[in-house]
Formats: sequence, structure tokens, C-alpha cells
Amino acid sequence: MSAMLEVEALDAFYGRAQVLYGLELRVQKGEVVALVGRNGAGKSTTMKAVMGLLARVQGRRFFAGQDISKWSPHSIARAGLGYVPEERRIFTELTVEENLEVGRQPQRAGAPCWTPERLFELFPNLAELRRRPGGQMSGGEQQMLSIARTLMGNPSTILLDEPSEGLAPVIVEQMAQTINALKDEGLTVLLSEQNLGFAAALADRAYVIESGHIRFDGSMQSLLEDEDLRQQHLSL
Amino acid sequence: MDLLLQQLLTGVASASGLFLVASGLTIIFGVTRIVNFAHGSLYMLGAYLAVSLIDLFGGGHLGFWGGVILAMLAVGLIGALFEITVLRRIYQAPELFQLLATFGLVLVVQDVTLLIWGPQDLLGPRAPGLTGATQIFGLRVPVYDLFLIAFAPLVLLVLWLLFNRTRWGILIRAATQDQQMVTALGVNQKWLFTGVFFLGAALAGLGGAIQLPKGDANLHMDLQLIAAVFVVVVVGGMGSILGAYLAALLISLIRVLLITNAQLTFGGIAAWQMELVSMFLVMALVLIARPWGLLGRREVASDQRSGTPEPRLRPADATLRIAGGLLLVVLLGLPWIVGSYFLSVATEALIFVLFAASLQFLMGVGGIISFGHAAYFGLGAYGVGLAVRHWGMSMEVALLAAPLLAGVGALVFGWFCVRLSGVYLAMLTLAFAQIAWSIAFQWIDLTGGDNGIIGIWPPDWASSVTNFYYLAGAICVIGLLCLRHLAFSPFGYTLRAGRDSPLRADALGIDVRQHRWFAFVLAGVFAGIAGGLFAYLKGSVSPETLSISLSIDALVMVLLGGVQTLTGPIFGGALYSVLKNELISLTNYWRSILGLIIVLLVVLFPQGLAGAAESLRGRLGTSR
Repeated sequence: MSAMLEVEALDAFYGRAQVLYGLELRVQKGEVVALVGRNGAGKSTTMKAVMGLLARVQGRRFFAGQDISKWSPHSIARAGLGYVPEERRIFTELTVEENLEVGRQPQRAGAPCWTPERLFELFPNLAELRRRPGGQMSGGEQQMLSIARTLMGNPSTILLDEPSEGLAPVIVEQMAQTINALKDEGLTVLLSEQNLGFAAALADRAYVIESGHIRFDGSMQSLLEDEDLRQQHLSL
Repeated sequence: MDLLLQQLLTGVASASGLFLVASGLTIIFGVTRIVNFAHGSLYMLGAYLAVSLIDLFGGGHLGFWGGVILAMLAVGLIGALFEITVLRRIYQAPELFQLLATFGLVLVVQDVTLLIWGPQDLLGPRAPGLTGATQIFGLRVPVYDLFLIAFAPLVLLVLWLLFNRTRWGILIRAATQDQQMVTALGVNQKWLFTGVFFLGAALAGLGGAIQLPKGDANLHMDLQLIAAVFVVVVVGGMGSILGAYLAALLISLIRVLLITNAQLTFGGIAAWQMELVSMFLVMALVLIARPWGLLGRREVASDQRSGTPEPRLRPADATLRIAGGLLLVVLLGLPWIVGSYFLSVATEALIFVLFAASLQFLMGVGGIISFGHAAYFGLGAYGVGLAVRHWGMSMEVALLAAPLLAGVGALVFGWFCVRLSGVYLAMLTLAFAQIAWSIAFQWIDLTGGDNGIIGIWPPDWASSVTNFYYLAGAICVIGLLCLRHLAFSPFGYTLRAGRDSPLRADALGIDVRQHRWFAFVLAGVFAGIAGGLFAYLKGSVSPETLSISLSIDALVMVLLGGVQTLTGPIFGGALYSVLKNELISLTNYWRSILGLIIVLLVVLFPQGLAGAAESLRGRLGTSR
């Protein structure tokens, strides 16, 4: 197996304050990897830094064997790395169909190919809302639309930032099934989560992040078995 | 009744051209958040290019319409080129810097147009097949008016289809809301912005070309139009194309009704005298009732500022005190060093430094952006002018009338302005400046109209260049020190709290609005003092002192110096006014050189001159 996404010695800053310290991440092709940590640990910042959305980052990032450290976000996205932001960032004035259109990119070899119709099968709730403006949807529907919109770019890998946040338990359950379905399609996923139960149901491996440092790197199984580690870095 | 219908048709026809230009401006603003001052210049270029192209192709059907379309495309390309070469480099700079760059373009285009087409007005060619008049309901209506009436809704439809039925349009709408997310979805935002500039500029060019059969191409049409276009865009709601159309209709109808019923009087003021004022009154009324325009979206009040926090204002340290002292010594000794010509240049520079400092106080300390600060400078000048002309007051008394009239103006205008924020606030300040200008321009009995008021000379004791230099210099230096003192007074601190976090300041029990209003009046008073001195320096007062270009001059001075430094206006004001004076005396093409310098400075020093000096000092400081 080859590494789809690789991050070396990643530092990130907001203004003068350093928020990420020498992060090392590796995600293999076809893997679902969880990045777990408490609120404010640096999960979303890591996602944004990988995507090239932060003004000040140091270190090197590789995607599908290419050095993307100096690439602009749109080039990174076009190379097949999709990003689903934590805040969902739906275009509220645009309809569901128009939101999907913004995400549309040409088909890519080695990645599943999506059309609006296929996405409406994956997210049946969205199918009934095609002409609804994004601003008039529930949180769960917006989360689905946000994922669907990113999938329209036919990515080979996606960065999923806290997909379960603020959703009703029944929707969280549905979301987990969807992510498993994506995994079956062959998608590589880096998933950030506060909800360890949700992450455990999906991920093969996990990184634990705290105060901008990686504190654990191993299989999901070994994280679940290490009571002390969870107490120290994850429990509230 | 027939007469009214005829007036309505004329109004709707003249709304079309206004709408075309305004739609371009509103589209550019909606996506890039740039207020494009050069939009009137693009309109002017469209008119001149169309005249030349139609002339080249011959006036036939193909020649006329081919010329119009080519002119539109050419102006679109010019807009795109400007975006690629200049604006693209400064999107990260503080807001308003892009505005400076577009103003640089205004100056350059004025000179280039003069160079290519010469100073005389060019009569517009007739549209073949659309000449003459036709009968409708027994009324004679020019055929071209009917064409214009139909043309604007057609453009509106095409734009609607473009934004709702094409991928490009959908991307533009998405980028209007969240540029970064669009980028993260793989869209190259750079070309999207360039495309928007192309479209917006092309619409302005089309507006210029299409009005030719009813008018001409002249060198004043750029700034003449831009104020009206701003009004239309703001009344309609920034970013709303349909709103722009409705507002263009409203404004045009009111203007036509006032012009064609010129003989009517309201309370002793003739209708024609209100033609210019009316437009801005409508805008002020609309903004008070609906602060986001007819069809605009309410701006979400956010307490989170993007980007880096404002640098903190620091009280003068030892270095600054010494530098200030040295500067004072130089100023005192200046009459022994330079001749009387340069001494009057220096007097003017000092006056503009005070003017710039009053704007900096409003913007930097108060967080209130004003596009119309010349209003208070001009009111100060007219305060002096009216006192001298109508009451024959001496300078000692008349100079008190300057801050008084400016202060009263700021008190009235400010009451409205502090109720708005962001770009709507900026536009309302511009509108009030234009109201003041229109009154000065059209109320001839009181103000002398375009000719202004002449014969304003200082008394004998202050009439020599040296003495007036000392008088004006002393007043300006005292004014500067007062403004500086105010910035560090409890009032100044409260003002800054309201600037940085209005919601939190409000929650602390500070009446932010009242503090802003007071700051507005203070800034007006000091600008008025500068204006009063300027009147005595020049010996006359004219509507120029209230003009948009003077308001922009003030903005350039402040932005060059750096908004967040109290010393900035001293650099910016002195440099800009001396530079302008020197360039005017050196060359006829001073505008384009000044414009190029502005563009170059903005691209090279996006923090302003004082900001650049500060960061240099910071870098030296850390390396030590």
C-alpha cells in the first residue's frame, strides 16, 4: 500500500501564535484514519493547513506522491483532495443543485465518479430538496449537502472535519453508514472527531492530537484498549 | 397628463444607461468587495472608443452596432487587464487600498483620453434606423428612447440568465458568499475575479457607447456619472442587479420631473435647483428607512474582525518627540530657507495635513470611513466666504465661522451617518458631500454657483506670504496637537473600543453611536478650520472645495500615510499636496503621473508609507 496523504513536520500559526507543532501524519490508500482530540486541540487547523487554507504554515505535505506544500487550495482540490469543512459552509443563497454544481470537477482516474443522481441515491433526503436554497435546510441536511458537494469534485481522498458535530443521534447513525459506503467505494478518508465512539465505528487507525501535538499514533483497537491515554487526552 | 407621460418615457429611457453602468459596479462590488471609482472612467472610455470605432467603420447598421460591441469588449479587456496587473496584487491589503488603486486609474484614464482624443467634446453618432420620432398615444417620442427603454430590461434578462443558468454565474454567486470555500472546491478564484472585472467593465463601456446617440463623449463624464452611479447602486442595494434597475428608474424619473418642471418653485427654491440635490436626498431617505438599500441584503453584524488586528496607537516616545521638535524648528525657520513660492506651497501642505489628520481621526480612531470628507473642508471655506461676502466680516471673526458651519454640517450629516456601517456608511458620507456640493453649485444667489466667491483676503498684518504661513502653520500645528491629545484622552479610548468591538463596547454600557457622532462633529470642525484657512490662502471659495476629487485626495493622503498611525497624515498630507503642486507646475499630464505614483505606492507599500517605516523599524528593532 502506498501513502495517499503524508504530512511532515507541520507547524501552523495564527498571527504570531503557534497552534500546530511538528505534526506527522500518514494516510494510506483506501484507509479511514481518525484524528481525535478535544475541542480546540487543533483538528480543524490541521485540516485547513493540509488544504493550504492557512496563511502561515511550515513543513511539507505530500498528496498522491506529489509535493503540494506550495500549491494553492484550488490546485490541491483539483489534484483530488476533497475538503468538507466543520462549519459546512453551504452557499445559502444557492439551491441544492447549484451547490453541487459549484463542486463539480472532471472525472479522475482511480477515484469514484459522482453525478448528482448518484449522490441523491447516497443521500435520499437531498433528492427531495433539489431546488431548496441551502439556507433553508436543517443542520443534518446541510452536512449531507456539504459532503455531497465535495464528492462532486470526484476526489480520491477526503478530509472530513467533524461530520457528526451538532447532529441528532439518528442522523449521526446515518452519517456513519454513508462514510462506510464511501469507504467501500474506495475513497481514502481522514476524519476528525471529538466523538470517539463515532470514530471507532469507522476508522482503522487513529491519531490523538492535543494542544497542537500528536500524542498517539496507532490502530483504533489499541487506542480503545489504552484507558490511561484516553483519560489523559480525550476525556472531558 | 400627456406631458407627464412624455416625461415618464424620457425618464425611463435615461434610466437605461445609468442602469448599465450601475449593474457593472454592483456586480464587481458584490464579488470582490471593491468599490470601483474607475467605473465612470470605463464608461467614458466606452463612449470615446465607440465614437472612434463607429467613425472608422462608417455609420451603417453594421458599423454602428459593430462599433458599440467592439467598444464594449475593449473596455471589458481594459478592466480585466487592470485587475490582473494591479488589483490581483493587493486583494490582501487593507480594504480601501483597492479603492486608491482604482482612483489612480481614474487619473490615468483622464490623461490618456485627453492625449488620444483631445480636449473638445465629440458629438455622438446617430443610431441608423433608430433616428427621428414616432407617435405613441398621440405623443411624439424619439425612436431611440423606445430602444433604450426596451434595452435595459433585455440586459437585465441576459444578466439573470447568466447568473442563474450558467456554471460561471453560479460560481460567481457562490464566491459572493464564501470565496475561500469556492477555492477549496477546486475553482481558480483568480480567473473568476478577472472575469467579473471583464463583465463589469464591459457593462460600463456599453453604457457609455449606448448613450452616444443622445449625447456626446466628453472629459467630464467620468466623475459626473460616478456619483449618480454610486447613488443608484446604494439605493438599489449593493450587489443587487434588479435593485440597481429599480433605483436607476427612481432616480432618473425624479431628475427628469425636476428638470422639465424647472419653473415650479417650492418654498422659494426652483425645481431645477433641486435636480442634483434630489438624487442624494432620495439616497439619504432610502438608507435611513432601509440601511441596506431597496433589494440589498442586510449586512450581518459581526464582532469578529478578519485579518490582523489594528496596530495599537502609542503615545509619543522620546524619538518621536525629538523628531517632532526638529520638524517644528524646521517649520519655524522655513521662511529663511525657501522663497515665497515654496512657502505658499508649504502653507497649503500644512492646511492639507490638518485636513488629512481630521479624516485620520475619524477613520483610524473612530473607525468611520468617509468618502465625503471634503464636505466639511468646503463648508469651512464657504463659512468664511459667506461671512465675508454677506456680512463683510474681518478675518479674525470669519475664521470662526469656518469651524462653526462645518461643525453644524457635521452635526446634521453625522446624525444620519453613524446609524450605518461599512460601505453604506461610506456611500452616505459621499452623498452628503454631494448634497453640499450641489447646493453650492446650484444655489447661485447665496453661493455664487460655479464662480464661487472671490476677494477673500487676509487683513494687512497677515497678508504677506511669510505672515500668513506663520498664522496658518500655528493654527494647523495646534489643531494637530489637539487631535493627538483627543486620541489619547478617555474619549479617544472609548472611541477605539467602539471601533474594535462595537457589540462588546455596547454591552459595557458605552453609547457607541453617540461617541461616533461626537467624533464625526470633531473631525468636521477640524476639517472646517483647514477649509477656512484654505479660503484665505487662495483668496476665493469655489465648489471645488466640496468636490469628490478633494474627498478622494484626503483619502489618498490618509491611506498613503497609514490609517493607523497618528503621524501618518503628516507624511501623507505633506507629501501628496507638495507632489501634486509640483507635478501641476511641471507638466500638463500631472494626473496620469500622480495616478501611476498612487498605483505604484499601493502595490509596493500596501501598509502605507508610515506603516512601511514602522515595519522597517520593527525589523531593525528585532535584529538588534
